[in-house]
Amino acid sequence: MSIIETKKLKKIYDDSHVPVKAVDGIDITFEKGEFAAIVGPSGSGKTTFLNMLGGLDNPTEGEIIIDGINIWDMKSRKITDFRMNNIGFVFQAYNLIPVLTAKENVEFIMHLQGKSKAERHKRTRELLENVGLGDRMDSRPNKLSGGQQQRVAVARALASKPKFILADEPTANLDSKSTATLLDIMERLNEEENITFIFSTHDARVVKKARRVITLEDGVVISDEVK
Amino acid sequence: MNNYLKLGWRNIWRNKRRTLITIASIFFAMLFALVMRSFQFGSYDHMVNNVVQSYTGFIQVQNKDYWNDKVIDNTFSISDSLIDLVKSSYNITDVVPRLETYALASYKLQTKGVMVIGIQPSVEDHLTHLSKRIIKGNYLDDENSGLLVSERLAAYLKIDVNDSLVLIGQGYHGMSANGIYPVKGIIHLPTPDLDNKMIYMNLKSCEYLYSAPDMLTSLSLNIKDPHDLDATVAELSKKLNSNTYAVLSWKDILTDLVQQIEIDDYSGQIMLGILYMVIAFGVFGTVLMMTSERKREFAVMVAVGMQKTKLSFIVLIEMIFIGIIGTIAGMIGSLPIIIYYYLNPIRLTGEYEKMMEAYGIEPIMPMALNWEIFLNQFIIVLILILIAIIYPVGSIARINVIKSLRG
Repeated sequence: MSIIETKKLKKIYDDSHVPVKAVDGIDITFEKGEFAAIVGPSGSGKTTFLNMLGGLDNPTEGEIIIDGINIWDMKSRKITDFRMNNIGFVFQAYNLIPVLTAKENVEFIMHLQGKSKAERHKRTRELLENVGLGDRMDSRPNKLSGGQQQRVAVARALASKPKFILADEPTANLDSKSTATLLDIMERLNEEENITFIFSTHDARVVKKARRVITLEDGVVISDEVK
Repeated sequence: MNNYLKLGWRNIWRNKRRTLITIASIFFAMLFALVMRSFQFGSYDHMVNNVVQSYTGFIQVQNKDYWNDKVIDNTFSISDSLIDLVKSSYNITDVVPRLETYALASYKLQTKGVMVIGIQPSVEDHLTHLSKRIIKGNYLDDENSGLLVSERLAAYLKIDVNDSLVLIGQGYHGMSANGIYPVKGIIHLPTPDLDNKMIYMNLKSCEYLYSAPDMLTSLSLNIKDPHDLDATVAELSKKLNSNTYAVLSWKDILTDLVQQIEIDDYSGQIMLGILYMVIAFGVFGTVLMMTSERKREFAVMVAVGMQKTKLSFIVLIEMIFIGIIGTIAGMIGSLPIIIYYYLNPIRLTGEYEKMMEAYGIEPIMPMALNWEIFLNQFIIVLILILIAIIYPVGSIARINVIKSLRG
């Protein structure tokens, strides 16, 4: 069952003298439960493509259909709500809220969703234990290592029970041990809980774990390999 | 809501030094503003009370021509029905009849022009508390035909209690008014101008002296709630025949004093404006830095699903926290100073003393202990904060998530 479908997706930046085609007509679908890596050299359009999938950047042309809804038909406030309820984000620089503890960072989105206190607490505990941080729930980000922060970011991305998770270079700032731990966690969540992960990466270790590898170059898909 | 409060509270302490500097700027501005305004309003209250409670009353009912031509011919007849009508107004507590005029007072070789006020001693005492101002001798009683002489006047005339004072003047419709009266008491009036010229006598004696039986120049009125002064004046004006009576508030009577207060108040407002500018720029600078250094974080929050309005609300909470801490600290800091000078007014000396006395005011400066001053400053600081965050809220509304995430 496809959860994401793009049709003739284009993004052209024309704020300089020469328009730049960052994404140039991508037609692609993602199925529920995929563990997909988008690879390609710098400037190939990976991040732009992910940003459009995540409803953060609007396409110049084309459609992004998530669960039958063309998200860019929605107004700005609706898209924000849609992101909150359907899409999880993991950023390269972790981007946790520094004044909140690990637990509070994870709870934050559930709070925005209006979940009850009991439900928030229960799910936060489950998620942080799931990423191996059950004992660091009350630590603020500056007391956690990069790898631990990224695991909190994964837990935060899962907190809203999204349809899929977009991760932009999630291992780029991590050492090899932390990368391996994070990948194991993401792979386990994908396999055991059927959570869809789509990540952009340069990292060969990530590509090795991915079950589908989409290669972009100059904004077009040059290969789409399912392992 | 709790979460936003928690987030806002923690955010303001990210950069403790900056937050403390901003709070300190609000604290000092509040402290100066509160102390200055309390001094000003305390002085105004003192000036008004000096004159109103020792002489004019809050409201006066007069013959309609008396204000422009203060002669004994412009009087009106006292009657029970008139007093009942005035008393029927909800805010009136005391109705004090007076016959005011002038005379030449003479004792031995000393002579001076004086103001003579005929009073009902027991009624007058409710308004002006004259009996408490006796420094020598006794207060008048309703049947007594003696005089109360103000302290400075008595000193000028070199007269004492039980001496006899000659009064010479002009009575109603040109009748001659001459009499000799024993001095029953010397009183101290706080207003130097009044203390230099006042003589009080029993109303009946005064009416007899000036050949004006049952005639009054004014009914001085005391009121329950000074805030309802204008409404009370309007109500009385409606009730009383405007062809016969004029109803004047103390502001109409003491126009010089009102102007003096207004000029002083304007200068105070200019000073306040400068202090508010300090607060506004301090808060604006802080909020600007707080928002510009957190653009990436804001972008993340919007990316994960937070509406920009909620984000702006958090920034508002942060600034309100800073504002509340600064204002409350300023209030707490100013309270001991204000209470001290409320209880122990500053006594002016030298040129200031002479200047105050020239205005007819006792030369002291008490502070007002008035919660409205605190509330007003608090509200103004909150409004300044609201104005200061307009720009940051606008920049949050325009935030470009992608650009901000890239940093």
